[in-house]
Amino acid sequence: MNILNLFKVSINAVANNKMRSFLSMLGIIIGVAAVIIMMSIGQGSKESIRKELSTMGTNLLTIRPGADMRGGVRQDPSAMQTLKMADYQRIIDEKKFVSYVSPEVTSSGQVIFGNNNTNCTMYGESTEYLDIKQWELEEGANFTEEDIRKAAKVCVVGTTIVKELFGEGKENEAIGKNIRFKSIPLRIVGVLESKGYNSWGMDQDNVIIAPYTCVMKRIAAQTYFSSIVCSALTEELTDAAIEELTQILRSNHKLKAEAVDDFTIRSQAEMMETMSSTMDTVTIILVVAAAFSLLVAGIGIMNIMLVSVTERTKEIGLRMAVGATGLVISLQFLIESVLISLTGGLLGVMLGGLVSNFVVPLMGMPSSIPAWSIYVSFAVCTFIGIIFGYIPARKAANMDPIEAIRHE
Amino acid sequence: MNEQQQDKRKVVIELDNVKRYFQVGSETVKALRGVSFKIYEGEFVTIQGTSGSGKSTLLNQLGCLDTPTSGEYYLDGTPVRKMSKNQRAKLRNRKIGFVFQNYNLLAKTTAVENVELPLMYNNKYSAKQRREAAIKALQEVGLGDRLDHKSNQMSGGQMQRVAIARALVNNPAVLLADEATGNLDTRTSFEMLVLFQKLHQEGHTIIFVTHNPEIASFASRNINLRDGKIREDTINPNIKSAAEALAALPKPQDD
Repeated sequence: MNILNLFKVSINAVANNKMRSFLSMLGIIIGVAAVIIMMSIGQGSKESIRKELSTMGTNLLTIRPGADMRGGVRQDPSAMQTLKMADYQRIIDEKKFVSYVSPEVTSSGQVIFGNNNTNCTMYGESTEYLDIKQWELEEGANFTEEDIRKAAKVCVVGTTIVKELFGEGKENEAIGKNIRFKSIPLRIVGVLESKGYNSWGMDQDNVIIAPYTCVMKRIAAQTYFSSIVCSALTEELTDAAIEELTQILRSNHKLKAEAVDDFTIRSQAEMMETMSSTMDTVTIILVVAAAFSLLVAGIGIMNIMLVSVTERTKEIGLRMAVGATGLVISLQFLIESVLISLTGGLLGVMLGGLVSNFVVPLMGMPSSIPAWSIYVSFAVCTFIGIIFGYIPARKAANMDPIEAIRHE
Repeated sequence: MNEQQQDKRKVVIELDNVKRYFQVGSETVKALRGVSFKIYEGEFVTIQGTSGSGKSTLLNQLGCLDTPTSGEYYLDGTPVRKMSKNQRAKLRNRKIGFVFQNYNLLAKTTAVENVELPLMYNNKYSAKQRREAAIKALQEVGLGDRLDHKSNQMSGGQMQRVAIARALVNNPAVLLADEATGNLDTRTSFEMLVLFQKLHQEGHTIIFVTHNPEIASFASRNINLRDGKIREDTINPNIKSAAEALAALPKPQDD
């Protein structure tokens, strides 16, 4: 019997038992749909994180004091004060692959206006900070180089601060008002555009940005920076920029060739990788859980096929009597089980596609089906069909035609 | 009986001291204790015997479903005993047409598809040739007008005719019928015998295994088994016509 005939026979067998075939497919349908949905949520989340991070600037570089923390060993505290004014100056003087630079000094605390107060983080930055972050102003203007030189008591605030201190939609009125942060009065010169919450659930609008000189001298009273943020000229030049910054800082810190860096440079791309790999791990866990249902579905198919082989003992006996060899009989049943699991896989992909395109977005989750997950689903279904069809097929092939044909 | 005249004919089946023993626990059951006979082309042979006489075992041997413990069986000149399972499957496919007591048609399958079945396992046939041969065989058994009827839409007699057509479709050396009238009423049984006699006249070799002694009178030769040995092997000099017997039956009454 040629393969085409075998397929015809198997298709007929599946079609002649529509209800039973469908029920044995059901496990595969649900399993594949679950895998597809999990993968699409995983992929979707990854993409949305990527998008968010790239709006923050993929060419963003952050220099932090202290060596990279390895093996959970706490850093020497003195190493945390290694980023100084001289470093910032030299980066500005020698930069080739770096476009914008801003030293950063942070301080958290209460901010007060009139009877209102709120808690927020104060960022001491250079004028280039908004360019690095690609943030826009809604009202007013950024502080100036002049303000930096004078360590002027001016600031730019996020909309949450405006809302808490002045009320909703009072961005206009906020400009020119003096707020007090740790009893230092600061005049608001600009209000930032609202950016909402980031993917870690942090309110990006609950910030105050002031000249770094002002924060260093008047608020934090420190002579070193918490970090220095820069942006590479382009995303492609990120590695060159990291190399350049490393050279500058090492020579400035007079590090010997064998000494480890006393600072760490992280790129946004690297952050993205970390986030992606975390997402991947979560996705894998979800998919593995869903894949177990496929295993159970496979066992279901095997069960049905075993019943089917017993039920069709006479048919098998007849086929053998008229000349079917054991191999041909086993192929017939193997094709049948692959057919069931593949059809189930097809329906499962369709169901999974529908759910992740229409239902998942309704639940407010991002989803995007990776194309390869569909191919993998089909490959897995074929595999399941063969693996779990093997035992029933062998049972059929090993039947004795004499007994099979007289089976009642 | 003229031995020499018989010997000129082609031998389709030859059993040479065929024995078949089964091991059941510590006991050996001797189902066939040395059976020898020849069946010539164009014979209509009934094999009779009470239950336990070795009838079924002999049928399994003749149908190449089983092999002898000792002795040799030649089917159309081919020795069968040492053949592998797959070789025997192929031999059955090319040389034997089976008719079973309970028809054994595939469920939810049309007459013509049922008849095509043996040819599905023969790669020499194209789909078109298969269909043509199946239609021809169905016409031969008088079902040319029921090609696309499914097995559950047919009467017992019609189903058995489909089964006979299926047995004929590969143009076998021998037609093996196992109690082919066992499930049918008297009238339909005679109709079936009429068909077998017609096939016999057309030159088909037929072996009809039955426990019904009446059937022997419609065949050309009768082999009687008892306790795994041949008790009697007689030529029927006076073959009764099944068609006449059918006509003599009381007419079916419609009420």
